[in-house]
Amino acid sequence: MNGVPLAAYIGLGLFMFTTGVVGVIVRKSPIVIFMCIELMLNSVNLTFLAFARYQMVPVASPERLQHSMMAGQMIVIFVMAVAAAEVAVGLGIIMAIFRLRDNVDIDEMNLLRG
Amino acid sequence: MNQTVGGVAVTPELLMFGAIAGAAAICAVGVVAFNNAVRSALCLVVNFFLLAVLYFTLNAEMLGITQVVVYTGAIMVLFLFVVMLLNLGGSKLVHEKSDWKKFVGILLGCGLFVILGAQILPQLVHVQPMQLDQDLAKFGGPEAIGRTLFTEYAYPFEAVSVLLLIGIVGSILLAKRRI
Repeated sequence: MNGVPLAAYIGLGLFMFTTGVVGVIVRKSPIVIFMCIELMLNSVNLTFLAFARYQMVPVASPERLQHSMMAGQMIVIFVMAVAAAEVAVGLGIIMAIFRLRDNVDIDEMNLLRG
Repeated sequence: MNQTVGGVAVTPELLMFGAIAGAAAICAVGVVAFNNAVRSALCLVVNFFLLAVLYFTLNAEMLGITQVVVYTGAIMVLFLFVVMLLNLGGSKLVHEKSDWKKFVGILLGCGLFVILGAQILPQLVHVQPMQLDQDLAKFGGPEAIGRTLFTEYAYPFEAVSVLLLIGIVGSILLAKRRI
């Protein structure tokens, strides 16, 4: 959108990322922690797309410009794919732990303690 | 109509962005603040949907649609399935004590926001979007994305497909009771 400075998009991304970090620190339910991780990934996606659209550094040729505008979108596609794989595996792990212990408090998961 | 706040002209686009971004930020806080996992998940759905709208405003139409389909469609359904399977909805909430961890976490989060924001945001206040000509305006469409994805980024694309295959096999193995 014309008239919106880049700082607005980056500020929203920063706020969402910080909220995700606070959620990972504060919450105890592993599913909500997963949701907060998704929140962080999405804020990073928003930042990539904003930088891809705004192009702060002047670029020499139209081909280079096209290339650098596509790079941000490609990263976003790969982040989405990795997030999908991560959610599938992570929720499987949570289900397995729940079957083992019948309790999903993250503070009481100490199976790997030596 | 040419009021300025902190040197930035208040345009109608900026007001619209403020409305969408404010709703997205409130939903992001709701994900963390709600005690009920289902309510957190629904807040996250609204947040992802608003983010898809913001992707549209950034001329990334294809990724906006992908965001709606993949995140609010597939990933959130997966989340809600697990919440229902574990029956975390009403009766069996994880007991969340209000202890020092909550306070320290919020404090650390505010510190992170202030430090990063003070470094990054002042430089970007006056950066306006590029003017796009006829060819570049289509940079977020399916054609441009497909062309780039299958030529320049073909190797990362294949690597991601292998990653997704491993993820599928791994989650099936995890979900089986006995291998």
